[in-house]
Amino acid sequence: MTDTSRTGLDGAGSDALLRAGRFFTRWEETDDGRAVFREGGRAGDVFYRDRWSHDKVVRSTHGVNCTGSCSWKVYVKDGIITWESQETDYPSVGPDRPEYEPRGCPRGAAFSWYTYSPTRVRYPYARGVLVEMFREARDRLGDPVEAWAEIVGDPVKRRTYQQARGKGGLVRVSWRDAIDMVAAAHVHTIKTHGPDRCTGFSPIPAMSMVSHAAGNRFIQLIGGVMTSFYDWYADLPVASPQVFGDQTDVPESGDWWDATYLMMWGSNVPVTRTPDAHWMAEVRYRGTKVVTVSPDYADNTKFADEWMPAQAGTDAALAMAMGHVLLKEFFVDRRTPFFVDYVQKYTDLPFLIRLEEHDGADSGGGLVPGKFLTATDLGGATPEDAWKTVLLDGTTGEAVVPNGSMGFRYAESGKGKWNLDLEGVAPALTLAGDASEPVEVLLPAFVDADGSGTVLRRGVPARRVGGHLVTTVFDLMLAQYGVGRDGLPGEWPTGYDDASTPYTPAWQAERTSVPAEQCIRIAREFARNSEESGGRSMIIMGAGICQWFHGDATYRAILSLLILTGAMGRNGGGWAHYVGQEKCRPITGWISLANALDWSRPPRTMTGTSFWYMHTGQWRTDGYSADSLNSPLARGHLSGKHTADVIAESARKGWMPFYPQFDRSSLDVGAEAAAADDPAQYVKDALADGRLKPAIADVDAPESWPRTLVLWRSNLFGSSAKGNEYFLRNLLGTHSNVLGSENPAAPRPSEVAWHDEAPEGKLDLLVSADFRMTSTTLLSDVVLPAATWYEKHDLSSTDMHPFVHAFSPAIDPPWEARTDFETFHAIAQRLSELSKKHLGTRQDLVSVPLQHDTPGETPRDPYDTTPVFQVVERDYTAIADKLASVGPLADTLGFTVKNVTYRLEEQVAALARSNGVMSSGAGAGRPSIATDQHLAEAILRFSGTSNGALAVQGFRTLEERVGKQLHDLAEGSEEKRISFADTQAAPVPVITSPEWSGSETGGRRYAPFTVNIERLKPFHTLTGRMHFYLDHDWMTDVGEALPTYRPPLDMQRLFGEPALGSDGQLQITVRYLTPHSKWSIHSEYQDNLFMLSLSRGGPTVWMSPQDAGAIDVHDNDWVEATNANGVLVARAIVSHRMPQGVVYVHHAQERTIDVPKSEATGRRGGIHNSVTRLLVKPTHLIGGYAQLSYTFNYLGPTGNQRDMVSTIRKRSQEVTY
Amino acid sequence: MRVMAQMGMVMNLDKCIGCQTCSVTCKQAWTNRAGTEYVWFNNVETRPGQGYPRRYEDQEQWHGGWELNKRGRLQLKTGGRLKRLLSIFASPVQPELKDYYEPWTYDYATLVEAPLGDDFPVARPKSLITGEDTKVTWSANWDDNLGGTSELGHLDPIVAKIRQESEDKIKFEFEQTFMFYLPRICEHCLNPSCMASCPSGAIYKRSEDGIVLVDQDRCRGWRQCITGCPYKKIYFNHKSGKAEKCTFCYPRIEVGIPTVCAETCVGRLRYLGLFLYDADAVTAAASVPDEKDLYEAQMDLLLDPEDPQVIAAAREQGIPEDWLDAARRSPVYALAKKYRVALPLHPEYRTMPMVWYVPPLSPIVDLLSEQGHDAEDRDVLFGAIEALRIPIEYLAELFSAGDTEVIDGVLRKLAAMRSYMRGINLGREPDESIPASVGLSGETMYEMYRLMAIAKYDERY
Repeated sequence: MTDTSRTGLDGAGSDALLRAGRFFTRWEETDDGRAVFREGGRAGDVFYRDRWSHDKVVRSTHGVNCTGSCSWKVYVKDGIITWESQETDYPSVGPDRPEYEPRGCPRGAAFSWYTYSPTRVRYPYARGVLVEMFREARDRLGDPVEAWAEIVGDPVKRRTYQQARGKGGLVRVSWRDAIDMVAAAHVHTIKTHGPDRCTGFSPIPAMSMVSHAAGNRFIQLIGGVMTSFYDWYADLPVASPQVFGDQTDVPESGDWWDATYLMMWGSNVPVTRTPDAHWMAEVRYRGTKVVTVSPDYADNTKFADEWMPAQAGTDAALAMAMGHVLLKEFFVDRRTPFFVDYVQKYTDLPFLIRLEEHDGADSGGGLVPGKFLTATDLGGATPEDAWKTVLLDGTTGEAVVPNGSMGFRYAESGKGKWNLDLEGVAPALTLAGDASEPVEVLLPAFVDADGSGTVLRRGVPARRVGGHLVTTVFDLMLAQYGVGRDGLPGEWPTGYDDASTPYTPAWQAERTSVPAEQCIRIAREFARNSEESGGRSMIIMGAGICQWFHGDATYRAILSLLILTGAMGRNGGGWAHYVGQEKCRPITGWISLANALDWSRPPRTMTGTSFWYMHTGQWRTDGYSADSLNSPLARGHLSGKHTADVIAESARKGWMPFYPQFDRSSLDVGAEAAAADDPAQYVKDALADGRLKPAIADVDAPESWPRTLVLWRSNLFGSSAKGNEYFLRNLLGTHSNVLGSENPAAPRPSEVAWHDEAPEGKLDLLVSADFRMTSTTLLSDVVLPAATWYEKHDLSSTDMHPFVHAFSPAIDPPWEARTDFETFHAIAQRLSELSKKHLGTRQDLVSVPLQHDTPGETPRDPYDTTPVFQVVERDYTAIADKLASVGPLADTLGFTVKNVTYRLEEQVAALARSNGVMSSGAGAGRPSIATDQHLAEAILRFSGTSNGALAVQGFRTLEERVGKQLHDLAEGSEEKRISFADTQAAPVPVITSPEWSGSETGGRRYAPFTVNIERLKPFHTLTGRMHFYLDHDWMTDVGEALPTYRPPLDMQRLFGEPALGSDGQLQITVRYLTPHSKWSIHSEYQDNLFMLSLSRGGPTVWMSPQDAGAIDVHDNDWVEATNANGVLVARAIVSHRMPQGVVYVHHAQERTIDVPKSEATGRRGGIHNSVTRLLVKPTHLIGGYAQLSYTFNYLGPTGNQRDMVSTIRKRSQEVTY
Repeated sequence: MRVMAQMGMVMNLDKCIGCQTCSVTCKQAWTNRAGTEYVWFNNVETRPGQGYPRRYEDQEQWHGGWELNKRGRLQLKTGGRLKRLLSIFASPVQPELKDYYEPWTYDYATLVEAPLGDDFPVARPKSLITGEDTKVTWSANWDDNLGGTSELGHLDPIVAKIRQESEDKIKFEFEQTFMFYLPRICEHCLNPSCMASCPSGAIYKRSEDGIVLVDQDRCRGWRQCITGCPYKKIYFNHKSGKAEKCTFCYPRIEVGIPTVCAETCVGRLRYLGLFLYDADAVTAAASVPDEKDLYEAQMDLLLDPEDPQVIAAAREQGIPEDWLDAARRSPVYALAKKYRVALPLHPEYRTMPMVWYVPPLSPIVDLLSEQGHDAEDRDVLFGAIEALRIPIEYLAELFSAGDTEVIDGVLRKLAAMRSYMRGINLGREPDESIPASVGLSGETMYEMYRLMAIAKYDERY
């Protein structure tokens, strides 16, 4: 111990000296002079007290592009926004759980910087050369529409301003001039080309529903086209429609707390779900094991008990091998009752599949699995019998057509029988037994890195039912996964250590680098945990696995693990897909008002990926045909087809939409059709005899071009535009960094005409509204100054938490900024005025595909279908009136979501009382939605999640079809209605509603599909169950009828890119991955000074020391990444957390901040998506086939970008700008 | 015994996601102004890494904190007070801008104003110090997430120290990757070396709550405090010419609101509360000869708020009843003293820091995975402490003056809590042998679990 008498400072001499000086001091010290304590007299404190003081605190949040939906306090002093911090007043989720407070992240915390930043768009701007032409022509002609017509009709003038896009020269204009130009361009386009040449894009409505709906409603009222975002972003896991018949429904993050085994697979939770990450950290203290699967040492790996470093893009191999272990040990070696009961009830595993002789020469003949056996195969004669699937009663061995399949969903005969009640039947999972014969089946596999297929020969027990040779999906699954049983023919793995046979643990180890032992152990732990906990095994799935070309196959392989272990539809279990979800909890009100369904139906909605793929000319440089993806057992449905052909065929059949529709204006066609007895038949005939052609048949002809594009709440050209340089060149007609050229040897489409000269500059007008300068505003012809999230009223919800809460203005929009709501009303006003002379009332022929959750998904012959053609009357002089009021179809037809129609007469009347009614014009007497607050109120009023009366009503409606009690899920909430004012006061928990598949009833955490599992409500699929097997011809042809592994696309084989690795020069070809960044939410915040100061201050490329060393690159050196699509210039971050052979170019690094000229082209380097391109998977274009049917953002080709490779070079370190 | 009250903070590094929300909200509130562009009262650094300012922990270079002189008395590392008084006009040893970073902005206006040219306009970086074009070569958080660490990680003073023993202990290779985050604010030390360094007496410790502040009126800009603080948490405002530092958000604390960094922490890992300590014993505690005894010495300073003697002595000092009540409910006291899972940062600096850290658990190394352990064995489900990814020596250099046993003890408690709770969570009979194995009762372990995992707002602050 220390001798305290001796302790002290320095020595006695200096003590004495210094003590003397203290006579003159006034403060209190410790005896040894070590410390000073002071009370009172703290004038020096004042500075910080002043700094902290403020006048008011306003609740708001951040919009669009983030799933956080966090409630924030915005501080205001002297009318100036000073800073923000998080609200902490979320309603409690219960005494034994962590709470949602405080939600937020550094990006949101830095938002207020934008308010007064030098990158703020303060006034309307327009491209100088265009404005001059417009003003001159308008003055001369006295009419803005004629002025616009003259400019765009003059090829020289048109090219002049198109080529100026992106190159500065924006000039400040008045709101009046800006609106005049935008409105005139729209009127001219509608008048000359038809309304379906007017396009709008604004993503992710949930986080600012009003701002989204205002513009979406405008576009739909004029007959324009809204392009999708969820599939376009490749955030849509196509496996979700395929397996669940649902877009995506996922647990709130609070439900992670219920998990007892938590895997994060390709999802870097701390970065991409920052406000929710704490649940993951905290649940570990409850004894939950946490496992990560990630190619790099990702941020979440810090929290993991185990890290499975699967190489990029190989995840399905790991999942298949885990499935192999699971099927063998928990279904064959030991039948686990918990799992078996579950799959019998809730999956397609017991259903019968017809086995058919394969006639392909390659296969040498043999049986292949075909389609589901249906009631029609057993002699049923009604149309719905074709959609009723069959299983065997395990006790009697008799064929049974159980309730719940699609055949029960729409037909009159199915009323009360669309449910999962097996009514005492215990389905046979396997046909193994006395009555069956062992047969060999051929199954495709994709084991080679170049993606080509091989054939596996494996045995299943089969028998004849109704004259058809059949087996079960379960028996096929065992064959597919290579789980052998005695007495079956075929080739089987010799054991887990058989590395040469798919899909064993040793086989996957060679592909993923994950040790076989780890794969086996995790699979066992996962399953045992589920068995012991009642399904509380959860997998958080993310963009790292979703955004690949074959992301759907990967997802199905992983979902299989969850479904086989009974984990779906459980609190604490199942999938947790968190990739750009956009859960508008009050969905009915939002989607119906956004699409203006209260005034006219149907709306024009378009799959973004196929739209941009075709209209940006990316199809012209696509180096392969759909054949390259085929299984060796394919039967030719896709043979010889170019991807453009597949898109054209899908559109022609009404599987997927395509706009523009025809080679002529839809208004002209509408007028003709309206005059015919049967308008739809008129169009079909005209298409058949060639009088009318689909626009896609000659997509590059000027009559097929989109002409106007309005972007709000979006930064298409700085963020999501895969193949960005093609957008610049072909769509916008300005300079680009495209480095490759069209390959004359590449296959050409047959359904789409080829022009030797690719058109450049399709768009007449690009408009964007934003509060900051982005790559998009730089390219826009008109830039409108938008209010920020702290300057308007709006609504926010997310699937990460169960609350709805408000945006509120902390200040009025400064300078000349306006809310999106005000902007679209101003455009609509002017457009309506100009229409008096130019448009009037017109008949518009609208063509839409067969829709999911409607009877359209059960066509009589699913391979011979057409779009649905309807005439819609549009009074263009009344657009502004209709925008501002709730139309009569709300009362007469109600609003329908997922085939449940909500009757709204009472709600419309109540809204009229609270919002007031319009006094004149087309909306006279109708409820007002003329202000942003009114629209917010209407959205909440018309949705079951926010209006208990509708939730109960919807459940009662659904009960009639399902035949099971459901309304008790919302009972007691009839009187509960969430008003906009409620959401402004605090976040409000939503009400359980049939709009979603889970239940919050009784204060439980939201988990998807709990209603399906607990109440026997079918999934919206063919069998009504979760699907392992997909029997559409195209799925079979690409070899994906069953879960499987497909390697990343071989870009050398398909596009002639260099082989991976170093070529001995100072350049190296690597996988080019674009995960989400810690310093931005998409492109937002990547230009924010706080984020830049906390990171590297500009665009970066993360790479491994090995790859950097191979090209002599050191940390912070400038490098260039190139391939045929373009070039990115950035600085290297060298880190050993990166695996060799992979670089990370974080998503949405724009060209606005510190991007020099490239050495490759001499022009400004590109954005992250300058080095990517669109790759369309044909099976995503299937439609009109049960769950494989179109709905906006539900199904469509994904704009995936992860299979890219790029060559990285060190460049001169002396950069120029 | 002279009982004083001290506001303290605990940060549970095991929950930190390194998101920097705390850094941003703090900067927005306090240092987003001229003269403090480079200043982050709160920063979060990735470890291994150099920190901010670079290599601040290398006291051979920066001379921060205290040491014992030949007589065993506490002396500032810069030398005795006499020497310092005599050399007051000499430039103090302190980090330069290049050690923090040269703050910059961008020529954003060009995006709006660029005339029609032949290429995209772009915003170039401009120095906020000189206004000239600049190349960004270092930032407030340059080596975030191990960026550049394979090249520069050897400059982390702790890495350098551990490698002196064996080069193999820390390798910057993919398979051995480990990292964690270290959020840092002013330590509001019981024995602040900044305060002792100030020739003007401008730095003081508030008597009621121990918050250490710079009196902006009295500060003369000598900058001795910047040298004196071993954590480099005092900054020089180059506009006002005065020192500034984290204020523990006293304008908020005084009205019962948590600090900005704590309330905005989305990892929910920060706890605020009161300690009672014996002010008369501080110098002695800071003077124990063996650095490894400093942790225990610091623990001994913390008085038991339930102890009647302590309560009586506190009343005598005029500490109000509601403060005593707060001390009894203090989560920081519980984590530091009751459960003994929170540790001081660099106790060897002898400043008796009052911001405490729960060290992070980390994944087991692959070696263990490859051995194919049986998952049914509960002890194996979470791996073994011996096989954690973060070298225990690294944590010991941060939190226990190199004493690995202290770290081991904390990590075992955390691991035991997980095992114990897993049983309860799965509805099994609670296995009381688990808490017993780390010297806790089941009840105490459950309390600790609630405080660390459920951590409601009212229980954190």
